Order: sequence, then C-alpha cells, then structure tokens
Amino acid sequence: MDPTSEQLLWMYEKMVEIREYEETMAKVYLEGKLPPKIQKGLAFDIGAGPVPGEMHLAAGQEPVAVGVCAHLRREDTVVGAHRPHHFAIAKDVDLLGMTSEMFGKANGLGKGKGGHMHLFDPAVKFSCSGIVGAGAPQACGAALAAKKLGKDWVAVAFFGEGAANQGAFHEALNLASLWKLPVIFVCEDNKYGISVEKSASTAIESNADRAAGYGMPGVLVDKNEAVAVFHAAGAAVARARRGEGPTLIEVKTDRYLGHFQGDPETYRPKNEAQELRQHDPIVILGAQLRARGELDDARDAALRKTVSERVQAAYAHGRNSPYPAPEDALLHVFAD
Amino acid sequence: MSTASKVRKLSMAEAISEGIGQEMARDDRVFVMGEDIGKYGGIFSATAGLLDQFGPERIMDTPISETGFMGAAIGAAAEGLRPISELMFVDFFGVCFDQIYNHLAKNTYMSGGACKLPVVITTGIGGGYNDAAQHSQCLYAMFAHVPGLKVVVPSNAYDAKGLMIQAIRDDNPVVFMYHKGIMGLSWMSYFEGSTNEVPAEPYTIPFGQAKVVREGKDLTIVTLSQMVQKSVLAAETLAAEGIDAEIIDLRTLVPLDKETVLRSVAKTGRLLVADEDYLSFGLSGEIAAIVAEQLNHLQLKAPVRRLAVPDVPIPFSRPLEQFAIPQVDAIAAEARALMQLTLD
Repeated sequence: MDPTSEQLLWMYEKMVEIREYEETMAKVYLEGKLPPKIQKGLAFDIGAGPVPGEMHLAAGQEPVAVGVCAHLRREDTVVGAHRPHHFAIAKDVDLLGMTSEMFGKANGLGKGKGGHMHLFDPAVKFSCSGIVGAGAPQACGAALAAKKLGKDWVAVAFFGEGAANQGAFHEALNLASLWKLPVIFVCEDNKYGISVEKSASTAIESNADRAAGYGMPGVLVDKNEAVAVFHAAGAAVARARRGEGPTLIEVKTDRYLGHFQGDPETYRPKNEAQELRQHDPIVILGAQLRARGELDDARDAALRKTVSERVQAAYAHGRNSPYPAPEDALLHVFAD
Repeated sequence: MSTASKVRKLSMAEAISEGIGQEMARDDRVFVMGEDIGKYGGIFSATAGLLDQFGPERIMDTPISETGFMGAAIGAAAEGLRPISELMFVDFFGVCFDQIYNHLAKNTYMSGGACKLPVVITTGIGGGYNDAAQHSQCLYAMFAHVPGLKVVVPSNAYDAKGLMIQAIRDDNPVVFMYHKGIMGLSWMSYFEGSTNEVPAEPYTIPFGQAKVVREGKDLTIVTLSQMVQKSVLAAETLAAEGIDAEIIDLRTLVPLDKETVLRSVAKTGRLLVADEDYLSFGLSGEIAAIVAEQLNHLQLKAPVRRLAVPDVPIPFSRPLEQFAIPQVDAIAAEARALMQLTLD
C-alpha cells in the first residue's frame, strides 16, 4: 500500500520535528558542561547543566520511527530503547511532559524520576528502557494483552542492531511466533553498537534473516528512507492486525551524532557523519513531496515554522518548569 | 451448606492454587503463565487443577524462556491485565533478573507512578531434600533488597491463601515465595504444621503484618517460611527445658512489620533470627540492625544471635546439607546459648 499524501506529509512533518528536537537538544545538552565553568582537567562534565546525564540522540534515524508509526493508532503499543526521542515523537508522546522529564522537572512524564532513557506515557501506550533488548519481551506482553482482550491492537518493539545479539531478543521472537502475537520487531541498524561495528558483533549480515529461525517473515529495508520503511511496516502491521503473527524488520539507518553526546567518535572516520548527511531522509522525502506537488517553498517554510514553535515551546516549558522537592525522591516506589 | 464444621485442612500448595483459582473466577484479567504450570499443575503443585477449570488461554505453559515470559508479564500488566508468572525455582532468576529488577521493580517509580504493574511472581524456594546449590536457595533477601518489589514468604496454608489473594489484588509487583518443604507435596517430606485449616471462601491477609506464632517471655525468635515450622518444634523442646520462646513469623519482608519485632524484643530482651537464606548481607543482619537502631528505646539482655546458612552454597550430601541449613536442633542450641549470654 502506497502512502497517501496525508501520510507523506505527516511523516515529513514528524521527521522535521524530530530533527529539530534532537538538534536543539544537542545544543541545550552542552550548556554548563564544558570548560572553563567546570573542574580543571575535565573535558566534559556529564552531570552538569540543565539536562544532565547521558543523552542519546536519533538525528538521521527519523525514517524508522515515522515509517512505522504512520501505521499505528493511539491504542497500539510502542516499546522503545535507550535512544527513544524519535519513537516518542512519532507516537505522539506528550512533548511538554517528555521535555520536562529530560530537564528533571516535577511536571515531567516521570516527575523527574526517569530522564531521557525512561519515558512513560500510558495515554499513548509508549515506554522505553535503557537496557539493550529488554523491550522486545515487553512488547510481546502488550500484544498478548491485545489478543486476550479481543482487540486488533498491535505492539512494536524498536531496538538497535546490537540488541539482536541479546537473549531477550531471541526469546521474544520465539514467544511471539509461538503464540502468533501481533508484534512488529523493528531493528534499527545504525551500524554501531556504541563503538563496535555490526560486522564485529553479528555473525550474519542481516538480522532480517534471523526471522526464518522463528518462522516469521523477515524484511530488510536497505535504505534510510521513510517511504521504504512505510511499505515494510504497512505489511507487517496489517499482518499483525489480521491475527497472522509477528514480523521482523531491519532498517539500515544512519546515526548522524555520537552514541551519546560527548562521544569522541574515534571509532569512525571523521567525515563519515558528514557523508551520511548527504543522503538526508528529510531532504529525500521533501523532494518526493515536491515532485507530487504536495510541497513548495512557502508550504515548507510554514510547516517548519509551526514545528519549530512547537519544539522550542517544549524546551522553554522544560527549562522553566520547577524542580521536584528533593524529598519527592521517596514517592512512587509503589503505586498507590 | 454443611454446618458440620469439619475442619478442612489444606496443604500449602492446595491453598495457593485455591486462592489463585478463586481470584481467576472473580477477575478475568487474572491469568497464569510459566513452565509446566498447565498439564503438570506446576512442579510444586501451585497451579494444580487450574488448567481444567480455566483452560489453556488463562493457564499458559511457556517455553523455557524466563526473560521472554517475565517481560511479557510486564507488558501485559502495563495494558491492565493481572498476570501471575511462575519462576519455577528462585535459583533460576539469574536468567531473567533484568526484567525483574530493572523493569518490573522500577517502571512505576521511573514513570512517577503513572505505570502500574500488578504482576505476581511465584517461585519455589529452599532446600532440605538434597537438590544442591542451584536448586535449594532462598534468596528472598535479594528481591527484598531491590526497591519496588513486595516480597511474600508464607509459612503455612492459611496464610498462603490469604496472602496470595492479597498479592493478586495488589497493584504492585509481588514476589510470592513458597518453600518446597512446606507445600505438602506427595513426593517430598514436609513439616506438617504448614498443612492447616483453610476457609473455603476467599479472604485476604494484609501485607506487613507479622504473626506471633507462639507467645513466650524468655527470647524472641524472628523467622519466616519453613523455619517457622522448625522453630515451633524447637520451642517445644525448649519449653520442656524451661525456656519460653516467642516466635514471630514475618510473613512478608516487603513491607516488613518492624513494630511486631520490636515489641517482642522489648518484652523478652533476647533476639534470635532464624533464617534459611545466606548469613551475610541479608535478612538476619537487617533484623539485627532494626533492633540496634532502637536500643535507646529497648533494653537487650544479651547480644543478638543470628542463625542462617553460613555463607556457603547449599551442598548436596545429606550430612553436609543438614549442617549448612539450620535444623530444629540448631535452633534449640542457639536459643540455649542465647539464654546463657549477658551484656556484661
């Protein structure tokens, strides 16, 4: 099924939003972390600044998120990984709450207890985890619930290519296929597990081939383009909704930034990221839209302005919101 | 309805499966999954009879994939279902602890309370039947150590049913740990005190309420699980010698009923912790610390004594295992020794 104009424009707008979100975060994150404000001898202070802690950004990986989420409804579940912003934005997670959470504020999604790797928005059934591969079994559980409740909801587990070497991944694939669960496993191959290249971590070329071992379709999307992901995901989501079981999709995507912000990236050629940006999926989809007459300079500028206002408002909201009271650390160990 | 008031005794295994079955009948969100819990009825019979009653959609045998199905329990609970997930032996948690301690225990906290995970993990604990180091541990202290998990460790059938129903109705993760040697299995000798009168109707026992199993004035034995049954037998021996032991069954570790412990120790002035978990960095140290923190409010007559597995893996051979895991005689001996001690 080809995407409608509405779907193409939605994917385009979301990709623009994700990119602006990540590039803004890249700047905000560095505030207060660099010399001379910090201790002498340090190159970088991870715990300083308005957004402390690790920060994994997804600039370049937008097509995976939007190509899949274009097929999802509010009732469908998404379980993301440690690099979760693009999935969250594509799943319509509350942008204000999510941003406040990264600033550690009381009105964050987790009231400041989760941070950027642990975003939970039950209203749109989104969660993520900082543990590689851990989300795949949880997506199976959401899918099992859908089945038990007699709904045609699906669950998506997003994870990196490094996670496909985890036991959790393999157990989840077996379980999903065994129980014919409506799950879509989406592997983002951004070539690196932190610094280790896929060729040094994974015994086979494509993780999509691993699907055969579990009796489910395996699809390789070998270009980092929204429409290509859209096609693969569309078939997988439709199959899941029909009750025919899971699909594994691997997408070859590009990570423009470091594994985390502050990553010296000594493991890849200096110009690699720059070269990857020559095939920017936002530019590619923009050109496709222009060719169809769905986008022109004026419309693009208007769209980007709207998106920018939304993103910048979220950052202002996060920055200006109050911190929790310190003793609130004691709350929410258990549900009331 | 019979009014003949014949005492209905159940084994702990029967009481647990009855409690689960009654909750499943009441609430169709409740289901069970785990290894051999269907046709087999659970290796330790905790789900015996439930497959016939509820069918394979709600009594689900799983592959030997603990990470897979523990993670699935989390995912299903986040969607509003109430899974009971059996981890056959507690010793096996090593293959799935990430799902338990990094997700099940933390997602409620990390979501600021937005995410509720009403999962009950059931698991068999304990030794005494020569199953060696990988099938005989208790390890409840490891679960209790991680914030976000409630930990239930019953000592008898009556408590087990009420605590199980309470666990299923709780909106939080509960680890329900049953000692194999008090389940009343037909293939393993057990302590008969654990098979007791169990009302047929559903009932709950609140968490965080220890039970004074035996009142006494000379010393307090704080204990749990199978060690309660051993302590009761030890107390009978001690009584014949003129030593009057009070026995506290903690019943739940999280939440922990500190008040009942402190009240008893304040009364007797002597504390013995009898534990089947490892000695160091565990339950016995925790109880001792709770008392130590209150020494400005209570008066001890003797130093605290701790009886537990002496920091060795559980050995196979009968004499070795009987030595490593505290037995009735060892509890009595510790109590006698404690009565000889003073603070001078």
